[in-house]
Amino acid sequence: MGFQTVKFYQTGTFTVGNRLLAPDERSVQAGEMRSNSISSGHRACQGCGEALGARYAIDAAMAESNGQLIAANATGCLEVFSTPYPESSWQVPWIHSLFGNAPAVATGIAAALKVKGKHDVRVVAQGGDGGTTDIGFGCLSGMFERNDDVLYICYDNEAYMNTGVQRSSATPPAARTATTMPVGNEPGNVFGQGKNLPEIAMAHGIPYVATATVADLRDLEYKVRKAMKIRGARYIQIFVPCPLGWGTASDATILMARLAKETGTFPVFEAEYGEVTGVLKIRNKLPVEEYLKPQKRFAHLFGKHAHPEMIARLQAIADRNIRKYGLLQDQES
Amino acid sequence: MLKQTEGSKAVAEAIALCRPEVICAYPISPQTHIVEALGEMVKSGELPKCEFINVESEFAAMSVAIGSSAAGARSYTATASQGLLFMVEAVYNASGLGLPIVMTVANRAIGAPINIWNDHSDSLSQRDSGWMQLFAETNQEAVDLHIQAFKLAEELSMPIMVCMDGFILTHAFERVDIPSQEQVDAYLPPFDPRQMLDPAEPISIGAMVGPEAFMEVKYLAHAKQLQALELIPQLAAEFKQTFGRDSGGLVRTYRADDAETMIVAMGSVLGTIKDVVDEMREQGHKVGVLGIISYRPFPLQQVREALVNCKRFLVLEKSLAVGMGGIVATDVRMAVRGTGLKGYTAIAGLGGRPIPKTSLHKLFLEAEQESLEPVTFVDLDWDAVNKQLERERQNRHSGPIAENMLHDKGMSTAAKFG
Ligand SMILES: Cc1ncc(C[n+]2csc(CCOP(=O)(O)OP(=O)(O)O)c2C)c(N)n1
Ligand code: SF4
Ligand SMILES: [Mg+2]
Repeated sequence: MGFQTVKFYQTGTFTVGNRLLAPDERSVQAGEMRSNSISSGHRACQGCGEALGARYAIDAAMAESNGQLIAANATGCLEVFSTPYPESSWQVPWIHSLFGNAPAVATGIAAALKVKGKHDVRVVAQGGDGGTTDIGFGCLSGMFERNDDVLYICYDNEAYMNTGVQRSSATPPAARTATTMPVGNEPGNVFGQGKNLPEIAMAHGIPYVATATVADLRDLEYKVRKAMKIRGARYIQIFVPCPLGWGTASDATILMARLAKETGTFPVFEAEYGEVTGVLKIRNKLPVEEYLKPQKRFAHLFGKHAHPEMIARLQAIADRNIRKYGLLQDQES
Repeated sequence: MLKQTEGSKAVAEAIALCRPEVICAYPISPQTHIVEALGEMVKSGELPKCEFINVESEFAAMSVAIGSSAAGARSYTATASQGLLFMVEAVYNASGLGLPIVMTVANRAIGAPINIWNDHSDSLSQRDSGWMQLFAETNQEAVDLHIQAFKLAEELSMPIMVCMDGFILTHAFERVDIPSQEQVDAYLPPFDPRQMLDPAEPISIGAMVGPEAFMEVKYLAHAKQLQALELIPQLAAEFKQTFGRDSGGLVRTYRADDAETMIVAMGSVLGTIKDVVDEMREQGHKVGVLGIISYRPFPLQQVREALVNCKRFLVLEKSLAVGMGGIVATDVRMAVRGTGLKGYTAIAGLGGRPIPKTSLHKLFLEAEQESLEPVTFVDLDWDAVNKQLERERQNRHSGPIAENMLHDKGMSTAAKFG
């Protein structure tokens, strides 16, 4: 992956400084020509990872498609905070139909564009983890299987945030949500592994699957731009911390995303036609506690009635990710 | 061109003549032959400039149609029964967004018990979905209504179902006049959408609307259907000019001028009803028929005008409002309110139960004599029903009703298809 080898990080941070790069290598967001697809003034909470991720992703898709982009949106926080009428934040043609059908709506748009010969206009569909891994899963799998010309972006904040933080099938084990309260012998969400949608997407053999986080925004832009260069079904899952749902400080969103990556909890990789082709290596491996501790949704694992055995299980999941994807610097991926 | 052909094939040809640009298909009996034929036409190039998408569910079918219609493509799908129910959330969404999608409903019963045969419960369950619903009496009318449907839907920017009786029409071979491409092109202009997803002019479609405007948006959907009440007869008249035959419109009467007893119905059963009425007329009974073509919008005024001079009417319907009685009958009664007319409801043909002429003859005579109950279940096996009710009184664990019915009626195998 291009951004691994050249390191332009500012001293003491992981931030890539645009000032250090030649103008044509700078990020889309740093460019004068960025499209501001989601204009400011929307109603996301302070520090919302989803708003940040969507802004970077859609602007990158706009840059790559020369502004010829249509977006379909599932119901969820992104849809709600960026509208209601007449205060739409969207500067791209945008449609919201239902919670569970964004991939199919996008298929319909792509079909219309194809039949009308508008080959330069591209289609993005987007939804939260609930809209993607649960209720929209059938439509998403159908879209993948037909290899429709759609880039689907999942903003993964690991729960149904819009309805008040209930569990989704992307909620990690042990996490507290409004429907997995920290009571009983195994408090929080039931143990399991959650539905691994990037791998399920890969199993469809589609041309491109990637994961990204809002801690590595250049990597996120790179993946969106790469996806937009490809025709057929593509899937990107972006890890977007939610201060409200996770009980984290609104200025800790980037930090939480970085810790998820640096602990191995959220593996960042890309895959083509079902094969992993690149991973973002962990720079400074940390124990999962570092990631769990600042989050109120995991608070019941610490303190007076601590659950070290659960933390150990979460560590085991991270370790498995590290082994499986070869996330350490000296590991082969 | 006159052809001896299957109803589904004829409808597929009519759809193709309307130059759809996106067709989404998910199979369910008795709709299958329509989409199969269209798929073949797209693949062979007979229907050019059209994308045929094999979706993974009816919910996806309607959702794809929502996307393609919003992106400015003339969009079509077809379904029935369980399929229609599976797409319901998207059905309401399509009308809420004002997308002029045309959908054939090959009317079929709704389970449980699963049943593939004809009645009208599927599309009638979508009565309040904001979709217009036209009912075909014959395969010729099914062909003609589809051509009118695209024009009506696109004129109003509202979706429409063309309903045709499953199997009875979809699988019947009869003579149908398939119009020429020139005729259809002369009648139906290209789709010119009112709203479209277009990077040149970015708009947001489908955002949230709060209490401050929601009622107005909903009223406007109602207003569009009221406009359709004017437009439907107009389009039928234009149709006659281009194609030379009467088809469509809001309602159609038969031998109604001096009728004292009027029979009201929708769909293919009107054919049987007319035969019975002919026979009864020969015997001197003053019976007439009112066929309702447009179920939504419901032509209150036209129904009232057609019934106001009779003495009594009987609504014969292939649907049941469980716990209440008739569905169509309720609307008809609304139409004649204040007239003091005697009205009866007959529920018939559920799940494909045949509606024989002898049963209708008896029913119409009883209506004429005003000896009917307000709601009659035509050819219902009361012995079997009463036996089951008694069984339930006697035995807490009385088992599945449907299976008991078949045993009681001395039949042991259920339907083989699904
Ligand atoms: C069919 C249906 N069921 C439930 C809902 C309620 N609902 C709206 S948004 C939402 C949660 C969205 O969660 P997610 O997709 O993860 O997006 P987020 O809000 O977390 O970004 C739910 C449950 C709905 N709108 N439609
Ligand atoms: S609840 Fe979470 S995802 Fe929703 S707007 Fe707030 S921070 Fe963003
Ligand atoms: Mg979520």
